[in-house]
This record gives sequence, C-alpha cells and structure tokens, in this order.
Amino acid sequence: MIEVKNVSKYFGDKKVLDNISTQFYEGKVNLVIGRSGSGKTVLMKCLIGLLYPEEGDILYSGRNFNLLSDDEKKQLRTEMGMVFQGSALFDSMTIQENVMFPLDMLTDQSFEEKLERVNFCLQRVDLSGSNGLYPAELSGGMKKRAAIARGIACQPQYLFCDEPNSGLDPKTSLLIDQLITEITHDFNMTTIVNTHDLNSVITTGENINFIYEGELAWVGTKDNILISDNELLNDFIYAQPLTQMIRKGL
Amino acid sequence: MKLITRTLEVFGEYILFLGKVFRKPEKGKIFFNKLISEMDMMGVGSLLIVAIVSITMGSVITIQTALQVESNWIPHWTVGFTVRTSVVMELCPTIISLLLVGNLGSRITSEIGSMKVTEQVDALEVMGINSASYLVLPKIISALIVIPLLIIISIFFALFGGYITVLIVQMIPIYDFVDGLTSFFRMYDVYYALTKTFIFAFVMSSVCSFYGYRIEGGALELGKANTQGIVVASFIILVLNLVITQVML
Ligand SMILES: Nc1ncnc2c1ncn2[C@@H]1O[C@H](COP(=O)(O)OP(=O)(O)OP(=O)(O)O)[C@@H](O)[C@H]1O
Ligand SMILES: [Mg+2]
Repeated sequence: MIEVKNVSKYFGDKKVLDNISTQFYEGKVNLVIGRSGSGKTVLMKCLIGLLYPEEGDILYSGRNFNLLSDDEKKQLRTEMGMVFQGSALFDSMTIQENVMFPLDMLTDQSFEEKLERVNFCLQRVDLSGSNGLYPAELSGGMKKRAAIARGIACQPQYLFCDEPNSGLDPKTSLLIDQLITEITHDFNMTTIVNTHDLNSVITTGENINFIYEGELAWVGTKDNILISDNELLNDFIYAQPLTQMIRKGL
Repeated sequence: MKLITRTLEVFGEYILFLGKVFRKPEKGKIFFNKLISEMDMMGVGSLLIVAIVSITMGSVITIQTALQVESNWIPHWTVGFTVRTSVVMELCPTIISLLLVGNLGSRITSEIGSMKVTEQVDALEVMGINSASYLVLPKIISALIVIPLLIIISIFFALFGGYITVLIVQMIPIYDFVDGLTSFFRMYDVYYALTKTFIFAFVMSSVCSFYGYRIEGGALELGKANTQGIVVASFIILVLNLVITQVML
C-alpha cells in the first residue's frame, strides 16, 4: 500500500500539486484521472522519486521515502516498475535486451535464468517471439506492451503506468487494461495507472482518484463514478457528446 | 553581470554533474562492455575523417613552409623540422581535437539528449541506476583512451602527407626533408602534445555529455544543446590551449 500525505509540489511559483492525501491499495488497479495538465504525471513522478515534493510524505508499506537512507531508497527502487507515457524503451537495445536490462543491473542471475524470466514476461504481454526486434520496429501498442514487460521484469511490488493506453485504438486499449488488471491481481501488486480514458475508468476503476488542477477533487470506484454529484467530476466525465447522450438516456 | 552569474551557475551545475558521473559503476562487466563499444564507435568512426584531414593538413603546411624558407642561406632541413614541430605541437592536438568536438562531441550530445527527451534517462533512474554515471562515464573514459591514440595516428598521417608532397612536388630534396623531420627530436614536445590532448578529450566528452544531459523539454532543445555543446567545448579548448602553452613552454 502507498499512502500519500499532504503532498504539495511547486515549479517555481506555480503550485502543481496542492495538498494531496490519498491511498493506493495492494492487489488493486488504482487510477488517477484528470484532464491534461492537471498534474497526474507530476504526482506519479513524485511517487517514484523522480521529483521531490516540497511538502508532505509518501509511505510505501509504512516506509517513509523522505526518511530512507540512500541504500534503502535504492532497495525500494528495485521494488518499483514504471511504464512511461512514451514507453521510454532503450532505442539502442532489442526488446529482449530491454526487458533483460533491469535484471542485468539489479540481480545476479545467470543468463539462462534471466532469459527464462524475459520470455515469461514477453509471453505474458503477448509479445513472444519479438525478442530480436528493436523498439523502432514495433507499433505503438507493442511498444507499450514491451514497456509493461520491462516494468514487471523484476517482479515489482509497485507498478506505475502513465497513460498506458493513450494513442491506442479502443480495442487495443482494452487489452492493455485487461493485461494490467490481470497482472496486478496475479502478483498482488500495488498498481497505479494515470489515465483520461473513460473506458479504462469504467472497466478497471477499483479505486479512482480524480485530480482537478492539482487538487484531489473526488475519490471513488467505477460503481459510483457515473452517479456522483461532484460538478467538476461530471464536467470531466460528461465532456464528450457521446457520454452526454448516454447520460440523457440514463 | 547577468552573463557572469549565469556562467557561474552553469559551471556549478557542471561540477555537480561531474560529481554524479564519477561514481563506481554498479556492474563492472556491463561498464566494460559499454566502454568497448564506445571505443569502437569513437575510434573506428573517426579514423577516416582524421586521416583525410591530417594528410591534407600535413601536405599544405609543408608546401607553405617550403615557400617561406625558399632562400639560399636557410638550410633545406629547416622545412622538415618546422613541419614536424608545428604538426606535433599545435596542429594535430588542437585542430584535430576541434574537429572531433564537431564529430564525436555532437554525437555524444545527441545520443544522451535524445535519451533524456524520450524519458529513457528517467527510466534508468527509476530502476535505481545512476544514469549520469551509467551513460557518461564510459564515454569520458573511452574519449581519454581513444582521442590521444587518434591524435598520435593523425601526427603520423600529417607527416606522411608532408613526405608524399615533397616526393611529388620536389620543392626540396626528399632526404633533406626527412633529415629535418628526424633531427633535434625532443620527447618533451610529445609530452606536451599528449597532455593537451588528454585535457581536450576530457573537456570535449564531459562538456558535450553535460549539454545533452541537462536538456529539459523536446526535440527543439536537442538542436540547441548540440550547438551550445560544440561552441562551449571548442571555446574552452581554445582558451585552455593558450593557458597550457603558457604554462608548459
Ligand atoms: N518540469 C516541469 N517544469 C515546470 N512545470 C511543469 C513541469 N512538469 C510539469 N509541469 C506543469 O505541471 C502541470 C501538470 O503537468 P502534468 O504533466 O502532470 O499533467 P498531466 O496531468 O500528466 O497531463 P497529460 O494528461 O497531458 O499527460 C502542467 O501545468 C505542467 O505545465
Ligand atoms: Mg501526463
């Protein structure tokens, strides 16, 4: 479980995250939703320690990141996997090398053990047989899946996905969502997904955090998100003509 | 005034960056593999251009020197001697280093910069890897090994260029030229040249890495950083050249 306590983040004078407190649960896909520019990526970067919030604390299963020693921070990092908004695969390496990379750097396994793990991860994301391809040779959806394979290579306890299905067609998005949900449940991970895709919200939303201009404006689940009376949330959900029509029909 | 504070700020950033780069690599074997592939890319990749530039440079400097000393009371061997001295002490270390800034330096900036822009550097950091050390240290070490070698090779190419020119054009007898090339040889000249080269190699690789690594933002920044890296590295090399010459000679 990850607990976020009163976290604020500034860029210069601009307050990008405003006193956010929330919790992300183990074995669940925790969603962070909000409009473009609302601060989802910044929050995620604070969670994985790429950015440091000026105020507040973040606790990983009770461990306060701010109070950890460098070695403990490093240990914690090995328990995290991240899928970036733009995949961030290493261009100069094949898919196999990409997925094997965290194992190379963080473990002392033999090549055979690593290869077995890599093939397992690739098979899990339905990319078996793509070992020798370079990122430039993959489609957008395949890149995301390869990035997920790399993210889970070290069997992380915490998985972070920044808009894993942006720029993908609805069907492929759904597959990615299903994949993330399955591996989260299979490995009992604490998964956090940034998204503004409503399909993901209503299929995978076990714990939904809605951020509006850097503030946490609403928390709930897929079961009560469509019937909430929060104005800001409804603005977000029912922004598209399609959802408006459905709402009128409801 | 603003320029001075800005310069000092960037310099401070650079020092902090170097502090991050010079850490013990996490995995010796991976570092070694990266080092070898860097050396391969730097050395093999620049050999041709270095050879071409050195041969033509040696040839031109020989013709010019021969023209300058065309008089009966200056001995012919002066040409060879002058060519050797200027090639060893100045032309090869400085000119070839500047050439390599444009060639290797810009490659370093683009490579690191594009990894930064596409969040590959962040991906390394998330895995708990010191990205600065992982990416930059092999490049700096490789530059320190490969560039001095390239410069030594370029010296031979330049002298060879001069030799061929004399052989073909025959402004002076070839044995006088060779006599000049080989006489009054001072080992100190070579130390001086190599010292310069080491320092230039370090400046080039670290400054260009630094400009790639500090990119924030998009592809537009990449082009800008590339130019900045080359300009700043070349400028520092030229200034240091003056300083080293003053100190060592
Ligand atoms: N490095 C930075 N420096 C300054 N401002 C930044 C920086 N990174 C993000 N911001 C600002 O923080 C705000 C939130 O950005 P963020 O990237 O978190 O949005 P987001 O919710 O992820 O949007 P999207 O859905 O488009 O990815 C934006 O207004 C952005 O301008
Ligand atoms: Mg984002």
